[in-house]
Amino acid sequence: MAHPRPEVAFAPWDDPEAKPLIQFKNVTKRFGDFTAIEDLTLDIYAKEFFALLGPSGCGKTTLMRMLGGFETPSEGTILLDGVDIGPVPPNERPVNMMFQSYALFPHLSVWDNIAFGLKRSAMPKDQIGDRVEKMLKLTQLGKFAKRKPHQISGGQRQRVALARALAKAPKLLLLDEPLGALDKKLRHETQFELMDIQETTGTTFVIVTHDQEEAMTVASRVAVMTEGKLAQVATPDQIYEAPNSTYVADFIGDVNIIEGTVEVPEKGAADTAVTIRWANHKAPINAYSDRHLPAASSVHFAIRPEKVAISSEAPEAANVVEGKILDIAYLGNISTYHVEVAPGMVIKAQATNNRRISRRNLTWEDHVYLSWTDTAGVVLTE
Amino acid sequence: MNWRGRLLILLPYTWLLLFFLVPFGIVLKISLSDIALAIPPYTPTMKDGLWTMLSGLDLENYAFIGAGAVFAAFLGVAALALLFRVVFPRVRRAMSFDARHGLFDSVAAALIALAVALVNVALVAAVLSVLFPALSGFIDIPDFLYFAAYLSSLKIAVISTFLTLLIGYPIAYGMARAAAHWRPTLLMLVILPFWTSFLIRVYAWMGILSTEGYLNQLLLQIGVISEPLTILNTNIAVYIGIVYTYLPFMVLPIYASLEKMDDSLVEAAEDLGCTALSAFWLVTAPLSKPGVIAGCFLVFIPTLGEFVIPSLLGGSNTVMIGKVLWEEFFNNRDWPVASAVAVILLLILIVPIVLFQRNQQAQREVDG
Amino acid sequence: MRRFTWFNATALTFGFAFLYLPMLILISYSFNESRLVTVWAGFSTKWYGELLQNEQFLKAAWVTLKVAFWSSTLATVLGTMAAYIMVRAGRFRGRGLFSGMIYAPLVMPEVITGLSLLLFFIAIGLDRGVLTIVLAHTTFAMCYVSVVVTSRLVSFDRSLEEAALDLGCTPFDAFRSVTLPIILPAVISGWLLAFTLSLDDLVIASFTSGPSSTTLPIKIFSAVRLGVTPEINALSTLMIGIVTVGVIAASLVSRASTIKARADEQRANQT
Repeated sequence: MAHPRPEVAFAPWDDPEAKPLIQFKNVTKRFGDFTAIEDLTLDIYAKEFFALLGPSGCGKTTLMRMLGGFETPSEGTILLDGVDIGPVPPNERPVNMMFQSYALFPHLSVWDNIAFGLKRSAMPKDQIGDRVEKMLKLTQLGKFAKRKPHQISGGQRQRVALARALAKAPKLLLLDEPLGALDKKLRHETQFELMDIQETTGTTFVIVTHDQEEAMTVASRVAVMTEGKLAQVATPDQIYEAPNSTYVADFIGDVNIIEGTVEVPEKGAADTAVTIRWANHKAPINAYSDRHLPAASSVHFAIRPEKVAISSEAPEAANVVEGKILDIAYLGNISTYHVEVAPGMVIKAQATNNRRISRRNLTWEDHVYLSWTDTAGVVLTE
Repeated sequence: MNWRGRLLILLPYTWLLLFFLVPFGIVLKISLSDIALAIPPYTPTMKDGLWTMLSGLDLENYAFIGAGAVFAAFLGVAALALLFRVVFPRVRRAMSFDARHGLFDSVAAALIALAVALVNVALVAAVLSVLFPALSGFIDIPDFLYFAAYLSSLKIAVISTFLTLLIGYPIAYGMARAAAHWRPTLLMLVILPFWTSFLIRVYAWMGILSTEGYLNQLLLQIGVISEPLTILNTNIAVYIGIVYTYLPFMVLPIYASLEKMDDSLVEAAEDLGCTALSAFWLVTAPLSKPGVIAGCFLVFIPTLGEFVIPSLLGGSNTVMIGKVLWEEFFNNRDWPVASAVAVILLLILIVPIVLFQRNQQAQREVDG
Repeated sequence: MRRFTWFNATALTFGFAFLYLPMLILISYSFNESRLVTVWAGFSTKWYGELLQNEQFLKAAWVTLKVAFWSSTLATVLGTMAAYIMVRAGRFRGRGLFSGMIYAPLVMPEVITGLSLLLFFIAIGLDRGVLTIVLAHTTFAMCYVSVVVTSRLVSFDRSLEEAALDLGCTPFDAFRSVTLPIILPAVISGWLLAFTLSLDDLVIASFTSGPSSTTLPIKIFSAVRLGVTPEINALSTLMIGIVTVGVIAASLVSRASTIKARADEQRANQT
C-alpha cells in the first residue's frame, strides 16, 4: 500500500538542518468546555504532501482551519516561514483552502470562480487571463470555462475548486476531504491527479481525510490524530509497518492484535528478542522489539493478516499456531481466513488466490496451521 | 380518470369559477356600463335584453379615469426598461474594458444608459404625437384625480418597498448569522406579528404618531423638539405603517435565502483575499438576490392596492388607488367608475405578479 | 462557523424593538385609568369591564367567530382538495386556469376581490349577511390553505400511498388512512391560517357584509377612524394576548414533538 518514492529520498523531516515551513508550537484550541486540540507540536516542511488522518471529531479539521485563519489558537503559536500568523486574517495569508463542499460560487462561471482570488490581488488584468487559462489547462477544464458550477459533474467541480485554490500560487494549499464527495473509482484516479499536480506546482499540500487508504496513497507523511492529539507522525510505510500504538495499528488497515505478557528471556538470547505468552498450553510468540521490555509486563502483539501464512500441514517457522477455519471471506484477488486458535480467539490470515477456486483445498471447519516469522509483527506497549 | 377523481376536481374548480372568475366578468361588464339612479345603480342590465345590454357598453368610464394616459405611461416605462436592458451592458463593457467591475463603474454605466433610454423614449413620443395628433386625444385626462392616485400609489409602494428592504435585510442577516439554536425562536418572533390583527398593528401607530402621541411626548421631554411634530395623517405615517406591517414579508424570504447559503462560500471568498465587506458584496449579496426580489414583490404588490393604512394613518392628501376605489364605491356610489378603477389596477398589477412568478419559478429550478 | 458580530446584535435588537414596541405600548396603555389615552393616570382594568358591557362589540365578535369557523372549515376542505389535485391529478383539461385561480387571490388586492364578490352577490340576488361573508372568506382562504398543504404534499413520499394501494386499500382508503394522517399538521396549520385571515379581514367583509352582520374588524375600523380610544386598546390587548398564547403554545407543541421524535430515534438507534 505504501507509495514508492523517487530514488533520491525526499525526507526533510530526517534532516536536522532543514527549516520547517509550518510550525505548530504547543497549540491548544478550546470551544467552550470542549478541547479540540490539546498542546500539539508539529513541523511541516516545504513541498511536503502532508496528510492529517483520523476519525471525525479528532480535531484534524480544526487544525487545518487554524492554518487557514478561520480559527485562532487558544494557546500556543503557529509559525509560517518563521512568522507568527496568529493575527493575520484569512484574506492576507499566503495560504489557500479547498473546501470540503468545494464552496464554488454558484452565481459565477468556472472561469470567474478561478479568477476570483486573482481579481482581489494586484495582478494586472491580462495576466489574470493567462493565469486562469493555465489553471484550466492544468486541471483539464478548458471546455467548461463558461459553465456555471451546477452545470458540471462532481469530479469537474472538485477540479474547479482545486484550480481556484491553486490560482494564487499559495505557499500552502489546504485540502479538506477533497475527494469525499466522489465515488470510489473516480477517487482513485483523482488521487493520482492530485499527486501529479502537487509535484508539478511544487506547492506544499496539507490534506485532511478520514480515509486511511487515501492518506497512504497520496501523502509523503501522515499524522494520525485522536482526540486532539497526534498519535503518530511518520511516512506511510512506517505507519503501516511500525505503528507505535494499538490505536494506530488498528486504525490503519486490517490487523490481528494479541494480548500477552513478556516472558523472562532465555540466556544467550539477543537483547531485542521478546517472547510473549498469550494463552495457556500454547507456544509463546517470538518477536523482536527495539525497546527493552521488562519481564511480566503486559504487551500487545500486532500482526497484519497478509503476513500470516496458512497451510494444512505444519510448516517450519518461528511461530506456528494450530486452529480451525471458521469463515472465509472471498475478495477476488485474495481471501481472508478467520481461524479460531483458542476458544473465542480468532486470527485472520490472508492468502492470494493464485489458483482457480475448485483447486483450492482449504475450506470451512478444516484443521490448519498459521505461521509467521519472528520479524513479521510488532510488539506494542500502548 | 374515474368519476370520483372527476368529482374531486369538479368541486374546488366550480367553486373558484363561480366565486372568483365570474365575479371578475361582472366587474368588467359593469366597468363598461353607465351610472344610473336605479337599483342596481348602473345601466344597461340584463333586464334590457342581451343585445341591448351588449350594445350599451362603452369605454366612457375608462376615458373618464384617464386609462389612456395610464397605458401611455405604462408603455413608456416598458420601452424605457427594454432600452435600458439593451444599452446598459454595452455601456458597461465600453467603459471598463480594462478595469475591474466596481460598484461605482456599474452605477455610472446605469446612469448613462438610463439617460440614453430616456432621451430615446422622449424622442419617439414626440415624433408619434406630431405624426398622429389623434393619439393625444387618447391620453387626455378629464379628471386628474385617478391618474394622480395611480402615480401616488406607485410612488408610495416603491418608496416603502425600498425602506422595508433597508430595514428588513439587516434583520434577516442577523437572524441567519445567529446561533442555530436561537434561529427557530427568532423566526417565531418575526412571524408572530403576522398572526396578530393587521388592523390592530396599524392602529397601534395612531397612538404613537398623533400630535399628542407617545413619540411627540418622548421627543418633547428629551428636548429634541420644542413643537410637536405632525406625523399622523401624512405620507410619512403611511410609510411607517407599511414598513411595519409588511416587514415579515420582506424578512422571511431573505432569511430563507441567507439561511440555506453554505457558510464556506464566505470563508472561501475571504480565503481568496476578500475583506469581510467585499465578501458580503461579492458573494452574500448576489446569492441572496432571489430572496430580496421575492421580498420586494411580496411588499410591493399588496401595497399598491392598500386601503387600511392610507385611510387610518394617511391624511386627506394621501391618495392611493385602493382608497379612491373604496370612496368611489361607498361614498359616491359610482359603481361603474369603481369597477373601471379596479380593472386598471389589476392590469397594472399583472406585470409585477408575472415577474414575481417567474422569479419563483427560476428559483425552484435552481433549487430542484 | 457563523460569526455573530455587534452589527448583527444591533440589527436584531433594533429590528425586534421596532416590531414589538408599538404593541407593548398599546398593551400598557390599555390599563390606563384615564379616558385621555395619551396621559397616564394610574393602573386600572376598567376598560376591560366596559368592553364586556358593550353589546355591540360582543355581537360583532360572535359574528366574526362564526364566520371564521365556517369559512376556515370550508376553506380547509376545498383547499386540501385543490392541493391534492395540483400535486396528484397530473394533466387534465383546464389545469392552467385552475392553478391560475388558485394563486391569483393570494396577490389580488382585497379591494378588488371584495368589490367583485359584492357585485356578483348583487347580480345573483343573494342578500348580504353572514352567508355572503362566509362564501367570500372561503374563496380567498382556500387558496392559502392549498399553498400550505401543497408544500407538504410535494415532499410527501408517494410510495407510501402506493404501498397502501398494494396492500389492498381503495384510493379513498389510502388517502384517509395514509395520506391524511401524514399531511395533517399542514392541514391544521392551513385551518389556523384561514381562521386568522378571516378574523383579521376588514376589506372583503366590508364589501360583503349586510347591516345585520357587522364583523369585529368593521366595528373596530369605524371606531378607530375617529381616533384612539381606551376600549379599543383593551380589545386589541385581548386579541394580541389570545394570538400570542396560541402561537407560542402551537410552537411549543410542535417543538416538543420534534424533540420527542428525535429522542425516540436516538433510543431506537442505541438498542
